[in-house]
Amino acid sequence: MARDKTTDFSCKDLVAVASDYLEDRLPAAERARLEEHLAKCEGCTTYLEQMRRTIALIGELREEHVPPEASQRLLGVFRAWRHAG
Amino acid sequence: MDLVDRYGMALLRVAQTFVRTRAVAEEVVQETWLGVLKGIDRFEGRSSLRTWIFRILTNTAKTRAVREGRSVPFTDLESETEEGPLLDPARFVGAGKPWAGHWKSSPDPWGEPEERLLASESRGVIEAAIEALPPGQRAVVTLRDVEGMTSAETCNALEISETNQRVLLHRARTKVRLALENYLTEVAGGQGQDN
Repeated sequence: MARDKTTDFSCKDLVAVASDYLEDRLPAAERARLEEHLAKCEGCTTYLEQMRRTIALIGELREEHVPPEASQRLLGVFRAWRHAG
Repeated sequence: MDLVDRYGMALLRVAQTFVRTRAVAEEVVQETWLGVLKGIDRFEGRSSLRTWIFRILTNTAKTRAVREGRSVPFTDLESETEEGPLLDPARFVGAGKPWAGHWKSSPDPWGEPEERLLASESRGVIEAAIEALPPGQRAVVTLRDVEGMTSAETCNALEISETNQRVLLHRARTKVRLALENYLTEVAGGQGQDN
C-alpha cells in the first residue's frame, strides 16, 4: 500500500475534524498536518470553504441581535418591576 | 414589550429543541420569563444576561419534557455522538488502495450560480436540515451558530461537556453542509456526483 507523506493525512481525516479545525481546537501537530494536506488538496480546500460558508449561512437565521445596552435596560425594567411588586 | 419579543424568538427556537410542539414551547418561554422575574435578584452578572436567561430556559424546558413523559434529549447523547459516518464512504477511496481515504468524488465548488441559489433558498434548506437533526445536535448548533453563543456558554446552558459540545457541533455542521450540497446538486440536475 502506497503510503507516502501526502497520505499521512487523508481527506477523510480532514472531514472528520473540519469543525474542530475551524474552532481552532486541534493540537498544534495535527493542525500542521492538516494545513500541509490542505495546501495540496483542492477538494479539501473547497470542503472547508463550504463549511465556513455553511456556518455563516446558519448565522443568518438569527433574529435581530439584542444590543448590550438593551439588555441592561431590560434588566433595569425587571428589577424595578420585581421591587414594585 | 419589544425586547421580550426579540429575545422571545430566540428562546422559542431553543425551547423547541426540547419539547414536541410549538404550543408547549411557547408555554416554556412564558415560564422562563416568570423564572427570570423571580430570580433577577440572584443574577450576579457573572455570565451575560442572555446566557443566564438561556440557562433558565433550558432548565424549564427539561423539567417540562420530563413532565410530559418525554425523555430529556441529552440522556441519549452517547448515541448521538456515536452515529455512523456523516458522508457517504463511497466518496472516499477505499482502505488498502493507494490514496486510501482521499476524495474519489470531491465537492464541487460553489460558484456564482450556486451562491445565487443559496442567497434566496438557503434559509429554508438550513431550517429543514436543523429540524431533522437529533435533539442534542439541534440544540448545540442553534445556540452556537444561530444564536452566536460561545462554546463555554453553550456547555453551561445545556449542561454538557466541552467534548460532547464539539462532537455534536461537528456532526450538526457537517449535516447542514451536506444538505446544502444535496440541494444544489438536485437543482443543478444531478451533476457533480460521479461515483
